[in-house]
Amino acid sequence: MGSLKNKDIISIRELKNDEILDVINVAKDIKKNMKSYRDILKGYILATAFFEPSTRTKLSFQSAMKRLGGSVIDLPPEEASSRAKGENLADTIRMLECYSDIIVIRHKIEGTAKFVSEIANIPIINGGDGTKEHPTQALIDLFTIYEAYGRLDGLTVGVLGDLKYGRAARSFIFGISKFSPEKIYLISPEQLRARKDVLEFLNEKKIFFREKNDYSGILKDLDVLYVTRIQRERFPDPMEYERVRGSYRITKDILKDVKDNFIILHPLPRVDEIDFSVDGTKFAKYFVQAANGVPIRMALLKMILVE
Amino acid sequence: MSEEEKRLIVTKIKDGTVIDHIDAGRALYVLKILGITGEEDFTIAVVMNVESKRMGRKDIVKLEKMELRKEQVDEIALIAPNATINIIRNYRVVKKYKVDVPKVIEGLINCINPNCITNQKREPVRSTFLVKSLRPLILICKYCGEEIHHEDIIRQLTGV
Ligand SMILES: [Zn+2]
Repeated sequence: MGSLKNKDIISIRELKNDEILDVINVAKDIKKNMKSYRDILKGYILATAFFEPSTRTKLSFQSAMKRLGGSVIDLPPEEASSRAKGENLADTIRMLECYSDIIVIRHKIEGTAKFVSEIANIPIINGGDGTKEHPTQALIDLFTIYEAYGRLDGLTVGVLGDLKYGRAARSFIFGISKFSPEKIYLISPEQLRARKDVLEFLNEKKIFFREKNDYSGILKDLDVLYVTRIQRERFPDPMEYERVRGSYRITKDILKDVKDNFIILHPLPRVDEIDFSVDGTKFAKYFVQAANGVPIRMALLKMILVE
Repeated sequence: MSEEEKRLIVTKIKDGTVIDHIDAGRALYVLKILGITGEEDFTIAVVMNVESKRMGRKDIVKLEKMELRKEQVDEIALIAPNATINIIRNYRVVKKYKVDVPKVIEGLINCINPNCITNQKREPVRSTFLVKSLRPLILICKYCGEEIHHEDIIRQLTGV
C-alpha cells in the first residue's frame, strides 16, 4: 500500500494508481462509517488559503476537517484579494505554516501549489491552480465512477465542454486515463480543445481517443459523460457562443438510447449545460458526486496527517 | 600556410578553447551568449558551414586564451546540444568533452506562460525547466508544465 503520509497533493498525474485506489477505499469506508472517524484529527488544524473565489471546494475541505475532529483557520478573502500591495505569497504561506498542520491553496497563477509546497514544511493540497490542476476534484470524480461501476478501467468516457481552460475537465482526463479506458471522446468547440500535453499523455498510454465537435452519435456508446461549463468569456464573438452552446447542452430528450448503466457527471456549479429535466433521471450522478467531496477530502486529510 | 592549416582553414590557437560541432548557423549565437563582441584583445576565429562527417555541416569557434565557466558551457549546450569543447594548451588538445544539456535548467530562461508563478516578480522563485526531449530540444516548466521549444530557448538566450 502506497503511503500518502506527509505528502503534497499537487497534481493528479503525480499520484500512483494504487494511491488513488487507496484514497477511494478509505473514502468508501468513511462514507459508510462516518461517525467512527470523528476524533481522528483532533488537535490538528487545517488552513484554507483561497486566492480565487470558491464555495464548494473550500467549504467541503472545512467540513471534512471538522468531521474528522480537527479545526480550521481561513485566510480572509479580503486579505487574499488585497495581497497586491501587501506581503507576497511566500511570506503569507510561512505565516500560515506556523498556525496549521496542513494547507489547502487555490490560486489563479499556475504552478502556485508546487511553489508553495517547496516553501512550506507542512503538506500542501492543491485546491485548484490556474487552468491546469484540480487533483481533489479528479479524485471525487473517480470515486463516483468507482461507486457506480465497481471499477475504473475499461470504460468508454466522454468529456464535454471547455477542455482547454477547464482545470476540472483536464484533471479528470488525466485521472481516468491512468486506468486504461476503452475509449475517450473529447467533445468541445474547436477553440476549446484539450491541450497538446493531454493528447500526448493519451498517445503515450496508447488510449483510443477522438476529438469531436458535438455528442451526436456517441452518447449510446458511453459509460460516463463528464460535462463541464463553457464560459461565454472564452468566445471573442458573443454570436459564436450563442451559435455553439446548444450543441453542448444535455437534456432528457437526447438520453433515449444511452446504455442502461450510463452516468452523467459534472463538477458543479452548472449554469444551463445540463437541463433540470435530467436531474430526476437515474443517469444524473452529479449530486452524488458533489456529496462525495467531503468523504474524499476526509480520506486525504486522514491519510496525509495520520496514516 | 602548411597543408594541415589549409585544411583547418584558420590557424591553430596556442592556448584557449575550441568549440567544435556547433550546429551549422549557430556560431554567432554562441559568440553572443559568451558576450564576445570582437572588441576583445585576443584572437577569435569563427568558421561556419564547414563539412562534418557526423553533422553534414557545422560551425566552429576558436577562442584564444579563454576558458569557459560551467554556466557558459550549459548555455552553449542549450543552443548547440552536439557541441564539443576542446581545451588547448601549447597547441595541443589537453581536454575534450561534449557539452551536456543539464537535467535541470535553473534561472537561464523564463517561462513563456505569463500566468506562471515563476513570472511573478515578488515571489522568491527561480524559473526551472526539465528536459522533455533532447532532439529537438524541448524543455518543460517544473511549475506550470508549459513547454518551451528550441527556437524560443535560442531567442531568449541570445536576444535575437
Ligand atoms: Zn511556467
